[in-house]
Amino acid sequence: MTIAFDRRRFLAATAGAASLPLLGRALQAADPLKVGFIYVGPIGDFGWTHAHEMARQKMQSELGDAVKTSYVENVPEGPDAERVLRQLAQGGNKLIFATSFGFMNAAVKAAKQFPKVKFEHATGYKRGPNLATYNARFYHGRAVCGTIAGMMSKSGVGGYLASFPIPEVVMGINTFTLAAQKVNPKFKVRVLWLSTWYDPAKEADGAKALLDQGCDIISQHTDSPAALQACQERGAFGFGQASDMSSVAPKAQLTAIMDNWAPYYTMRAKEAIAGTWKTGNTWWGLKEGLTQMAPYGAMVPDNVRKAADATKNAIIAGTLNPITGPVKDNKGVERLKPGVGITDAELEKMDWYVEGVQS
Amino acid sequence: MTLDVYVSIFMTVVIAATPILIAALGELVVEKSGVLNLGVEGMMLCGAVAGFSIATTTGATSGGYLAGAAAGAALSMVFALLVLSLSANQVATGLALTIFGTGVSSLTGRPFVGKTVQRLGPLFPHPLSDHPLLRALFGYDAIVYLSLVLTVAVAWFLAASRPGLVLRAVGEGDAAAHAIGHPVIRVRYAAIAFGGALAGLAGAYYSLAVTPMWADRLTAGRGWIALALVVFAAWRPWRLLAGAYLFGAVMTLELQSKAAGVGFVPPEFLAMLPYLATVVVLTLIALRGAGGQRAPACLGKAFRAGG
Repeated sequence: MTIAFDRRRFLAATAGAASLPLLGRALQAADPLKVGFIYVGPIGDFGWTHAHEMARQKMQSELGDAVKTSYVENVPEGPDAERVLRQLAQGGNKLIFATSFGFMNAAVKAAKQFPKVKFEHATGYKRGPNLATYNARFYHGRAVCGTIAGMMSKSGVGGYLASFPIPEVVMGINTFTLAAQKVNPKFKVRVLWLSTWYDPAKEADGAKALLDQGCDIISQHTDSPAALQACQERGAFGFGQASDMSSVAPKAQLTAIMDNWAPYYTMRAKEAIAGTWKTGNTWWGLKEGLTQMAPYGAMVPDNVRKAADATKNAIIAGTLNPITGPVKDNKGVERLKPGVGITDAELEKMDWYVEGVQS
Repeated sequence: MTLDVYVSIFMTVVIAATPILIAALGELVVEKSGVLNLGVEGMMLCGAVAGFSIATTTGATSGGYLAGAAAGAALSMVFALLVLSLSANQVATGLALTIFGTGVSSLTGRPFVGKTVQRLGPLFPHPLSDHPLLRALFGYDAIVYLSLVLTVAVAWFLAASRPGLVLRAVGEGDAAAHAIGHPVIRVRYAAIAFGGALAGLAGAYYSLAVTPMWADRLTAGRGWIALALVVFAAWRPWRLLAGAYLFGAVMTLELQSKAAGVGFVPPEFLAMLPYLATVVVLTLIALRGAGGQRAPACLGKAFRAGG
């Protein structure tokens, strides 16, 4: 964005109609809010980071000249993140999004050093006067996937490629399993821990290992579409993660849980511009559109689509908490009494697996 | 578990081992000539993206493999120019090559994210390639068999051919080889180009066969495993073949045992086994010293004629 461009727009706006609101907007355009993003992975990962980058672009195009965004990709979680956050703050960014759990401590430190800069940390739990947290209820989507898996699995065993046993991943496994068991009470889930968020060859081999062990539907909490490709090669089904991955594995993807951060980013940037930005913790899901489902694959029959839609709509309407008692963990301990829905606080520190999960 | 499952696991091992074997064979020849190229990962990524882009735009998967090899060789020439003609430090230049290759592949690969490509079909005809049992031997694409042929060829070249002897002489005593009239720098250029081409081919195998797609950092560190493998094999092609399949087996069995839920060995132990084995082999080599087990004498040292 060059100065000449701004001036032309400014002149056009004032010449067109010299009314005050328009003048105000034009002035604002000359001095946009600088918004910075740091990403843990490459924007071409077609998963987690890709989704944040898409949302940044969407926000930029929606707010136009009111914001000026930039990003730094491949930032390792750790001390380096703090350096990058400081650089962004010193570079004049007034609103900075740190988009990975491991940036938490770096964000806390940077927020203390730059009290006038507003920081936002994704999926974390440490907050401050100028440090907000935000997350999406991906487990909402897991419930929809679970419904589909329970109805479409012939072996009654689902495979789950998991990264690390953090609450975010654990709640996904549990929600998926419970939703599938609602349809098929004997449904079991084999969890395979890969100890990585992103390693395509390992994800593909992991999916093959699960298929070899009798699973016929693969769910994943890792970032690349490699597992879906392995499913397609073997004639099995799976679910996409973070993005619609049907272009890579059209015959395997039943649906995908898509991250859509754009509504949140746009709202927060608008608030920062208007001066109404406040710290807090935002946890949006299917209802607010932060979590979205990709279109069903052609192989999903009508009755399954209806059941999946019913799960989705009940969550959106607020009539269904996907984790509701009676729930026992896989060691036989009762965790939720009949009719009791899980609370957000319990979800955020979840470290147990429901009955039927083998990990 | 049924026989079918064992066959399927075996085939996964072969697919996992093939690209590591190819990249390591190339690096072995480079190191035998006395040059240490730590840029394998970078060349693999460039090979992967070049192969994928050519295969998706032209529709010819075999053309993709050629492009991958060409891209790897081209990138290796940058390295060769720096370390051979300009006598730059090999370790630093190799690391820089990996960082550079990662960046270049990420940049050029951007338009190809989210696409896929048709794999090469099995080399052998239909009744052999999908026979429930024989597919374990005949069910692979041409690159798998090419990797075996390359192993034989490299082993023969180094052990029994005259140019192979010259290459080893250059790697063991560059000044002496120069003194009796062998073109040290030219031999090393050729070795580096060969290593680059194989690294590129190995990278293309990831983007065209293992996971037929392009995504940033697709090879996820396999280039470093290939480098470790060369040391593990004590610079011997046949041991390299065994090592590649051992590494492939360990990587696959780690996942299989986890998926099966059998816990006789902790999967974390299996995961560290290739690296542990490399450390052990290095220790043994250091203890035993000579006897053909050691690294080429000139490995990593710059050569200046008359210097």
